[in-house]
Amino acid sequence: MIEIKNIAKTFGDRQVLAGIDGSFQPGETSLVIGGSGTGKSVLLKCMIGLVTPDEGEVLYDGRNFLTADENTRKAIRREMGVLFQGSALFDSKNVFDNVRFPLDMLTQMSEDEKADRAHASLQRVGLENAEQRMPSEISGGMKKRVGIARAIVMNPKYLFCDEPNSGLDPLTSIKIDQLIKEITDEYKITTVVITHDMNSMMEIGEKIMFLFEGHKLWEGNSDTLAHSDVKELNEFIYANKLLRELERK
Amino acid sequence: MVTLGRYFIFLGTLVRNRERLKVYLRLILDECVDIGVNSVFIVAIVASFIGAVTCVQTAYNLDNPFVPRNIIAFIVRDSTILEFAPTISSIVLAGKVGSSIAGQLGTMRVTEQIDALEVMGINSSSYLVLPKVIGAMLMFPLLTIMAAFLGILGGYLAGVIVGVISHEDFMTGLRFSYNPFGIKFALIKTEVFAFLIATISAYQGFNVSGGALEVGNASTNAVTASCISIIVADFVLTQLLLA
Repeated sequence: MIEIKNIAKTFGDRQVLAGIDGSFQPGETSLVIGGSGTGKSVLLKCMIGLVTPDEGEVLYDGRNFLTADENTRKAIRREMGVLFQGSALFDSKNVFDNVRFPLDMLTQMSEDEKADRAHASLQRVGLENAEQRMPSEISGGMKKRVGIARAIVMNPKYLFCDEPNSGLDPLTSIKIDQLIKEITDEYKITTVVITHDMNSMMEIGEKIMFLFEGHKLWEGNSDTLAHSDVKELNEFIYANKLLRELERK
Repeated sequence: MVTLGRYFIFLGTLVRNRERLKVYLRLILDECVDIGVNSVFIVAIVASFIGAVTCVQTAYNLDNPFVPRNIIAFIVRDSTILEFAPTISSIVLAGKVGSSIAGQLGTMRVTEQIDALEVMGINSSSYLVLPKVIGAMLMFPLLTIMAAFLGILGGYLAGVIVGVISHEDFMTGLRFSYNPFGIKFALIKTEVFAFLIATISAYQGFNVSGGALEVGNASTNAVTASCISIIVADFVLTQLLLA
């Protein structure tokens, strides 16, 4: 389980996060939603240690990530898998080497074991035929899937996805969402997804946290999302004309 | 001063919490090819022509019949070994290698590849930059030796072909009053220049924030800062080692 307590972050004189609390359970896909510039990505970066919050705690199964010693932090990091918004694949390595990279760097496995694990990860995301291709030779959706394969190759306990649908067509978005949901259920991972994609919210939002101007304004799930009385959330959800029409009917 | 402080902190991160040594071996070899082998052509061309131009221009300026012609070869030799091979080659490499390092790391920063390394618990600066620094420090001296040889050869060919100096005079001048410390001095300078180019360019690239525009700016800044640091270091080293 991941718990965040009173996370606050200010850049210059602009407060980006103000006292965010929450918990994310294993085997559950939790979504952090909100408009652009509301602090979603900063919250994710605080949770994975890329940004140090000014205040607050991030607990991974009770271990405080922010105050832990270097060895504990390394151990926690090795239990994380992260899918970045732009996939963040290494340009100089092919698909297979990208997925095998964490095993090369962080484990003492034999070459055969590493190869088997990387093959299995790529097979899990349906990319066993693209192993030798370079990142520049594959589509955006494939890059996301390679990113997921790399994120799960170490059998993580915690999976973080930053805007997994950005730049993808609706059909590919749904496939990526389903893949994240399946992997979460299959490996009982604690998954946190940062998104503003309405499809994702309805499809995989077992738990949803809504951020607005750095504050947490609402928490619920995909069933209660459409019936909240939070004005900012309703404006966010019904910004889409199609959804407004559906709500009216 | 703040930038200088950050630069030194950055240098500290290259050697703190390093990865296993085995990890670096392959990376260093790759960098040796990238920085060294891929720069042979440009350094060879520049060095050969600078040697040639030095020979012809020196001959043009030394038209006094009381000055022996072999002095031309003596000047070509010393100016090539002491200055042109290490310094001009390093300035050329600051443009080629420095901009490449800054661009590469800057792109990795803005495409979150460096974040991906850090999230895995890998010391990204050490993993990405240390092999480049070691690769540069291994390969720059070899390029300088090659540049010195080709510079003198260029001077010889230009001088003999144009007819400003004979083969015998050139050979006499080449051997005249030779001090082997010149080679050591050139190699010491080159090592310092290699370190400066690799670390300054890496610092510029590693600390990019923004997008493609900032990556371009980082490459430009890397070349500018590297060139200035080479000139300053050249003066300081000359004063320390030759004065």
